Amino acid sequence: MTKMATREAYGIALAELIKENENVVVLDADLTKSTKTIDAKKACPARHFNMGIQEGNMMSTAAGLAASGKIVYASSFAIFAAGRAYEQIRNSIGYPHLNVKICATHAGISVGEDGASHQAIEDLGLMRGIPNMKVFQPCDETETKAIIKAVSEIEGPCYIRLGRGAVEDVFDENYHFECGKGIVLQKGEKVAIVATGLMVQEALKAAKELEFAPTIVNMPSIKPIDEELLIELAKTHDYILTCEEHSIINGLGSAVCETLAPYNLCKIIRLGVQDTFGESGKTSDLLEKYGLNSKFIVNKIHDIIK
Amino acid sequence: MYNKEELCKYSNNIRKNIVKMIAHAKSGHPGGSLSAVDMITCLYFNVMDINHENVNSIERDRFVLSKGHASPLLYAVLAEKGLIPEEELMTFRQINSRLQGHPNMNYVPGVDMSTGSLGQGISCAVGMAMANKLDENNHRVYVLLGDGECEEGQVWEAAMAAAHYKLDNLCAMIDYNELQIDGSIHDVMDPSPLDKKFEAFGWHVIEIDGHDYDQIEKAFEEAKTVKGCPTLIFAHTTKGKGVSFMENQAGWHGSAPNEEQLKTALEELGGNDHD
Repeated sequence: MTKMATREAYGIALAELIKENENVVVLDADLTKSTKTIDAKKACPARHFNMGIQEGNMMSTAAGLAASGKIVYASSFAIFAAGRAYEQIRNSIGYPHLNVKICATHAGISVGEDGASHQAIEDLGLMRGIPNMKVFQPCDETETKAIIKAVSEIEGPCYIRLGRGAVEDVFDENYHFECGKGIVLQKGEKVAIVATGLMVQEALKAAKELEFAPTIVNMPSIKPIDEELLIELAKTHDYILTCEEHSIINGLGSAVCETLAPYNLCKIIRLGVQDTFGESGKTSDLLEKYGLNSKFIVNKIHDIIK
Repeated sequence: MYNKEELCKYSNNIRKNIVKMIAHAKSGHPGGSLSAVDMITCLYFNVMDINHENVNSIERDRFVLSKGHASPLLYAVLAEKGLIPEEELMTFRQINSRLQGHPNMNYVPGVDMSTGSLGQGISCAVGMAMANKLDENNHRVYVLLGDGECEEGQVWEAAMAAAHYKLDNLCAMIDYNELQIDGSIHDVMDPSPLDKKFEAFGWHVIEIDGHDYDQIEKAFEEAKTVKGCPTLIFAHTTKGKGVSFMENQAGWHGSAPNEEQLKTALEELGGNDHD
């Protein structure tokens, strides 16, 4: 099984796309080697612009390019894209419904050694709250490449949440991305694990350690979310367990609760970063300390079904 | 090309519509709308190539109202150009109107960017100018900044980027009326010297009287000839220009005239009505 960071897959997919589609323009804020937009720069230097350390200006500039018919991919770390430039995204991109794809890398605590200042755990909530904005989080290389291509054909603003560290493959070449759809990876009973990003791999690992087979769902489309699938899961399971490398406030877990609240069908348990900042450390140590690996999924399921 | 007398006539009617629509809405920003009337009238009537046929297209010059609170000015100019119906102006700031408190590009043909949050419009204009360079067309991008707006850090990010990418198809104007909501710009948070700052950022700067049509037109013409860097028209203006009791009063930044004040204002502006 091969491993690749979703940001790496983004770089590869974007380099392809910028060659294929002459309307694609890429902006970056002095992080081209980290966000991997450098691949697109090599593929087509004329349509890649380094905007320097100016995330706010970059987002509004992206809006201006989009208002001129361009499909703009704008990248920085998630903390600076969604966090620092939040209001530029909201007012310059979201409100006028402009065709900007915000591809934010280094999301979550898996950023590691850089510490809490660089670990965005609130970005899904910030972006999901903006009307017109679609929000996606791929879990592996194949899904990332599919989403990066797919959003070029979705009219309007999109936020794509990408990670720093290498993650194992979940999908093969038969994968198909559909906006607003979750993907059932394993059909089981009692508990439906609904996971996004690197927690998908952890959920698959956890399932192997359980005495029974839970259902496992990958949810790359946080907004719009797959309401039909969630209702079906809620009707056929005792519990839904959401798993995300994001604050338990305002992320996938919140989106699932909001979607299912009117129906009163099953209990929903949320696993994610508690209402706390991260810290420096190795990614594996951080995921362990903040309760975001397969062991915690197994323990949580044991707790809830006794 | 319209002559000075015709421009005066249009400006005067635009001023009347600005005070009428704000009075009717009982809210809005008259001071900074009136101060920039002469520049924007000149821009729309004698400089930009916008018309009925191309208004919905991006294949033309474009204007970004970075100081989005001066929306009455933009709407009144579009009405004067016949691009939106003049009677629609009285729906400004009302429920179900296209004419939002701050401009929305999705609703109104001729509004080239949604603005209102200060500092962002100039960055959007930078993006448009970059797109024009990529497309190798000759369309120009104009953007109107407030002087108070230049207290926003994003203005300087955009200024740096525009010079870095040698956007000589970008022309910014500063409506230098020296007043903002809380008083004199020099007392609140002095952004001056704005001309020297833009020069230091790599812009070509032209200083003018923003109410003198000859100077305004000359500045736009000069800007078109500048190569390799963006141009700033640094325009000295009078806040509330044309309505004596509003002139140079920070209090008229964001308040609406009552019926009596409207009557006085319209009487003062009365002479050049084009109906």
